[in-house]
Amino acid sequence: MGDLAETQSVPTEDESRRDFLLHATVATGVVGAAVSLWPLINSLNPAADTLALSSVEVSLAGLEEGQAATISWRGKPVFLRYRTPAEIEEARSERWQDLPDPQPDEERVQDDRYLIVVGVCTHLGCIPLGQKTTETRGDFGGYFCPCHGSHYDVSARIRRGPAPSNLEVPEYTYLSETNVRIG
Amino acid sequence: MSNEKGWGMRAFDWFEERLPIVSFIDHSVGSKYPAPNNLNYFWNFGSLAGFMLVVLMMTGIVLAMSYTPHVDHAFESVERIMRDVNSGWLIRYLHANGGSFFFIVVLIHIFRGMYYGSYKAPREVLWWLGIVIYLLMMATAFMGYVLPWGQMSFWGATVITNLFSAVPIVGDEIVTLLWGGFSVDNPTLNRFFALHYLLPFAIVGVVVLHIWALHIPGSNNPMGIEVTANDKIPFHPYYTSKDVFGLGVFLLFYFTVVFWFPNAMGHPDNYIPANPLQTPAHIVPEWYFLPFYAILRSIDDKLTGVILMFGSILILFVVPWLDTSRVRSANFRPIFKVLFWIFLLDCFVLGWCGSQLPEGLPLILTRVGTFWYFFHFLVLLPVVGWIETPRPLPSSISTPVIASPAE
Repeated sequence: MGDLAETQSVPTEDESRRDFLLHATVATGVVGAAVSLWPLINSLNPAADTLALSSVEVSLAGLEEGQAATISWRGKPVFLRYRTPAEIEEARSERWQDLPDPQPDEERVQDDRYLIVVGVCTHLGCIPLGQKTTETRGDFGGYFCPCHGSHYDVSARIRRGPAPSNLEVPEYTYLSETNVRIG
Repeated sequence: MSNEKGWGMRAFDWFEERLPIVSFIDHSVGSKYPAPNNLNYFWNFGSLAGFMLVVLMMTGIVLAMSYTPHVDHAFESVERIMRDVNSGWLIRYLHANGGSFFFIVVLIHIFRGMYYGSYKAPREVLWWLGIVIYLLMMATAFMGYVLPWGQMSFWGATVITNLFSAVPIVGDEIVTLLWGGFSVDNPTLNRFFALHYLLPFAIVGVVVLHIWALHIPGSNNPMGIEVTANDKIPFHPYYTSKDVFGLGVFLLFYFTVVFWFPNAMGHPDNYIPANPLQTPAHIVPEWYFLPFYAILRSIDDKLTGVILMFGSILILFVVPWLDTSRVRSANFRPIFKVLFWIFLLDCFVLGWCGSQLPEGLPLILTRVGTFWYFFHFLVLLPVVGWIETPRPLPSSISTPVIASPAE
């Protein structure tokens, strides 16, 4: 067969052209398949209604000096604490530069009196003890996580234990002197 | 005469010509699979694991029909299964304890492979597939434990998903992706239910590959030597009957727990509905995770702890090359034999440590145990392979028997 003989003796340029077409086709297919996976993966991210519930308003008026309260925000507890002058003094007397996750107390509060932090241990997500008067506040007078033994100070900074960082300060704004919107 | 065959046999032949599934099974676990004639009872645990997988899937499918994967209804639907659904208590206890017994038989199966060197050439891929099954089992069991939505479900899920936050840079994004929200919540429960239902079928797929890979070299045996055709017997009826007998013994243990101690391996806190604002005083995972949980807590650094924990399982993949001895069975390896039992003891010690608070003696033991775990694999296995003088291997299974019949 004449045609067959011709196709068998294709010049080299044509072969490299074929290779290019083959590789381009495979590459396009692979990239396309990978991109089409993205909506599937992204569907696992927080949905619009979950995101819509992401801020909460809270009044601090009911808190007396030395008292603490816990509210729920994004399914997580947020610790509110009206700190005593002694506690504020203690939080600021430390050399913050030497702490495991160095941060001055001033950066962690907007109003010196009110500490507002996410009550989730930065190690593996347990809720530290210390909000209730009956609970231990750890060796540094703040919070103590019973799961794996992380101690936090009165500014909720990590002082000892496996947690890598301070308790997170959520984004919040004072709407008035005692009204706060968290998130 | 062609009349020798009855119509049933001819119908069977007709079907076999078109889909030879019966002869496929016969070659896999039947009379056409020649197995070494010296397999001891430790070789029962593969088929026991297969049995438990079937039990878990059958009970699980029925449970799923009465279960509601929603944070407001999950706990109550499980209680309804326990109280109102016909035989619901039995099916749930078979399922929950079945998970534990699946792990018991699989762990014995794995340790048997370690003792008799079943991971060595030419069975490395067979060993890998086994580890993949083990990993899938752990993922499935973890997600299954979340479904009743009790306190341990919720906080176990929180702690384990938070492990991924240790990943540098994208850790928090990964955790949010796993949760589908800002904490373990309804989207998390929904997807865990979907995956808990799916993964067992994935396990079945890998089990098929595992058996396929087994049939290329055939079964290892307690002597760990190559087996001649003379020393083999058909799997059916010899080992099928032995497996069924072993199953009967196994069921005595399984049913004793199911009927008399159904909650012995669970945690009472999981009968408290999940409360996202209250961490239980003492979070402990299910017993089969305890050694790994201990390794996680052995070090005061989150990322290192997580790497060590995953490393402790992933290291199994390279054991065929870490073990430099060409002799398979520990019966011929005097030093390795001792090290094997120390390693087993180490795993039990780590398991106990995982159930304790990480302070004082448990913490010291955790650190010693974690060190020994990795020391065993990374240093002892290769070094012992070089320095050890193994006992002489017989040339075949039957040689020692024929040579000294008096023994």
